[in-house]
Amino acid sequence: MNDDIMYLNQLQIGQNARIKQLTCEGNIRRRMMELGLIPNTSVEALQKSPSGDPTAYYIRGAVIALRSEEASKIIVKIGCC
Amino acid sequence: MGLNLQSTDPSLLNDMFKVDRDSPNDKIIAFAGNPNVGKSTVFNSLTGLNQHTGNWAGKTVTNAQGKYKYKENTFILVDLPGTYSLSSSTAEEEVARDFICFGDADATLIITDATCLERNLNLVLQTIQTTDKVVVCVNLIDEAARKKIKIDFDVLSSLLGVPVIATNARDNKGTGELKIALHDIVNENQATNKIKIIYEEAVEEVINMIESVIKDLVSDKVDSRWLSLKIIEEDESIIKSLTKYLGCNIYENKSVVSKLNIAKKYLKEKNISNNDLRDSLISSVLHKSEEISKEVVSYENNTYNNFDRNVDKIITSRLIGIPVMILLLGIVLWLTIAGANYPSEVLAKFLFGIEGFLGDLLNSINTPLWLSGLLIMGVYRTLAWVVAVMLPPMAIFFPLFTLLEDLGYLPRVAFNLDNFFKKACAHGKQALTMCMGFGCNAVGVVGCRIIDSPRERLIAIITNNFVPCNGRFPTLIAIITIFFAGIAKGPLQSLICTLILTVVIVIGVVMTLTISKLLSRTILKGLPSSFTLELPPYRKPQIGRIIVRSILDRTIFVLGRAMAVAAPAGLIIWTMANVQINDISLLAYSAGFFDPFAKLIGLDGYILMAFILGFPANEIVFPIIIMSYMATGNLFQLNDLSQLREILVSNGWTWLTAICVMLFSLMHFPCATTCWTIRKETQSLKWTVISFLVPTVIGMTICFVFANAVRLMGLI
Repeated sequence: MNDDIMYLNQLQIGQNARIKQLTCEGNIRRRMMELGLIPNTSVEALQKSPSGDPTAYYIRGAVIALRSEEASKIIVKIGCC
Repeated sequence: MGLNLQSTDPSLLNDMFKVDRDSPNDKIIAFAGNPNVGKSTVFNSLTGLNQHTGNWAGKTVTNAQGKYKYKENTFILVDLPGTYSLSSSTAEEEVARDFICFGDADATLIITDATCLERNLNLVLQTIQTTDKVVVCVNLIDEAARKKIKIDFDVLSSLLGVPVIATNARDNKGTGELKIALHDIVNENQATNKIKIIYEEAVEEVINMIESVIKDLVSDKVDSRWLSLKIIEEDESIIKSLTKYLGCNIYENKSVVSKLNIAKKYLKEKNISNNDLRDSLISSVLHKSEEISKEVVSYENNTYNNFDRNVDKIITSRLIGIPVMILLLGIVLWLTIAGANYPSEVLAKFLFGIEGFLGDLLNSINTPLWLSGLLIMGVYRTLAWVVAVMLPPMAIFFPLFTLLEDLGYLPRVAFNLDNFFKKACAHGKQALTMCMGFGCNAVGVVGCRIIDSPRERLIAIITNNFVPCNGRFPTLIAIITIFFAGIAKGPLQSLICTLILTVVIVIGVVMTLTISKLLSRTILKGLPSSFTLELPPYRKPQIGRIIVRSILDRTIFVLGRAMAVAAPAGLIIWTMANVQINDISLLAYSAGFFDPFAKLIGLDGYILMAFILGFPANEIVFPIIIMSYMATGNLFQLNDLSQLREILVSNGWTWLTAICVMLFSLMHFPCATTCWTIRKETQSLKWTVISFLVPTVIGMTICFVFANAVRLMGLI
């Protein structure tokens, strides 16, 4: 895998990335997409919870917390443009 | 078929579909919106109803209906659950969608958040696709102005093709315009020129293939273009709802089935799977939202949410996130303890001061001795105890708690604690329902509706009672103040009390997690389901409103409940204390019955009896304990709260008794209201009984082990 391609849960705090692909299926996939997580959407990892999981992401103007289970099913490419 | 479906599809939220029009001038408005956009506030500003508002997603889980009159029309607002979409991946979304599609509303009003418009447009666009008459309300424009976000409402309205009204409902700004827009839309007959979302070519092709047969099937009841898409997508839930509400089963309709087959074949040729199709539909709407938002929203200040982020960095930080949380809890508790002290004293002095005067008054009108005893010693005293000891902490804690809620702190608590709940195989939002439990466990139980997975919802319901509600706080505070404050003097006193109370609450939280884990390992086996949590922007709390509402509501509520429950309880206690069998009062006799068992768990017969008598309302447990002791002793005349300690000690209380009472208060059966709510929410007697037994058995076990360990070690 390319260096700048990774799963969303591997994104460092403060880093920006763009969504490449969702690998989850069914209801969860739909729910993730409706949060705005569709290909080409930019996300920023904002903050980890005190115990390291979940992580808050900035997505389309809202702050959404995702557990690593969900974030590890989203492939992103680092960089905002 | 229809009957069958209805009976196999028990929906808790079905009640809201029953909306009655008294005249043709009654207009029904479906009230929709994302969670946490101030829906309740807009609702209140339109109807004048006082719905509880709070700053976190999923606040409105019960469906309220409200009315207002405007010109010749009466508008009936049906508050739908807050949702991000109508795609029905959750029960709430399904309810909202079904009401908008099939619920006989004259128009739909969608509330959106001006500070986060793009995200909200997803629901707006979905709704506009589904139904014709839509009004969009862009709320929180003052927050947007503060963040220097500019929105061109005219352009937004012309792009969407529906009326757009800007409001700041907290100050009733824009409410009038909103009423006019709703009045206009329900009274005009021409079709609106609403936005049409154009999908990719292949999708448009298949829509064309089946739209005409769908239109024949449902005529004008549901938007045929939208429904065609849903049917091609094989959205099972909408297909079920079609059968349920319109009585048409599309799979039994030959022309629909044949057209559908052609469409499927076409998609297959184009190599478009069902997943691709669904993705493409969602993406089209999102892209449209993005496009519109780019055109109408401008940010003068790109760092507009830096403040929120910086605050979040502190209160959810790795090192101090959890300490800050406990500190905040401590501050709230300290303010409650320190603040309640003085009013308690004053109320006690006043209420017990006029007791003699009331007695004289009754004597002067020749009331028989037994009756004046019953009224003064029984009813009045119990009421006085409830008011003096219970009311002040409740009246202080509640607004403080509401303040944190209004600020938007509760989702951060859920964020901080999520990992613990995940490890307990429970739902992350259980942290929110747990917090609601601090206010009232019955409310917490209703709040569990925000948890989709039935397994995790049951866990949240059963364990909700492990956090002390507003009715149990004062008992804990009173015992701590009476028994443990003596450790220190002066201002340190209330700090010590706060510390002990904080520890008790942390024990409650730890128990919640432990029992959740235990339940997921035994009777409610399973893995944690997926969840997402929104951390909404911090909002300026409506301090004045909070204080007025919670003190007024709480005071009236508590007094009402005290009248309803404490008065009869006082009556029973006094009667029992004065009816003698073989020179032993009925009260002593009953207490004696419970005593051997109660002693085993570190309590005594009177205490256990008070907990049982306090089943209707926890507020009266401690007052009943005091009343029983006073009734059996030399009928103390109490002038001062400091004498309470003497009463308790002379009845055999030690620090061990105090701790066991606190532990048992934290962990025992839920009150009657909560039990009744659990029965209603779970629709099951079995789970109600389990919810009753779990905390009771755990509490008794812990008290038993603790009391006997202390005794065995000879510490007492």
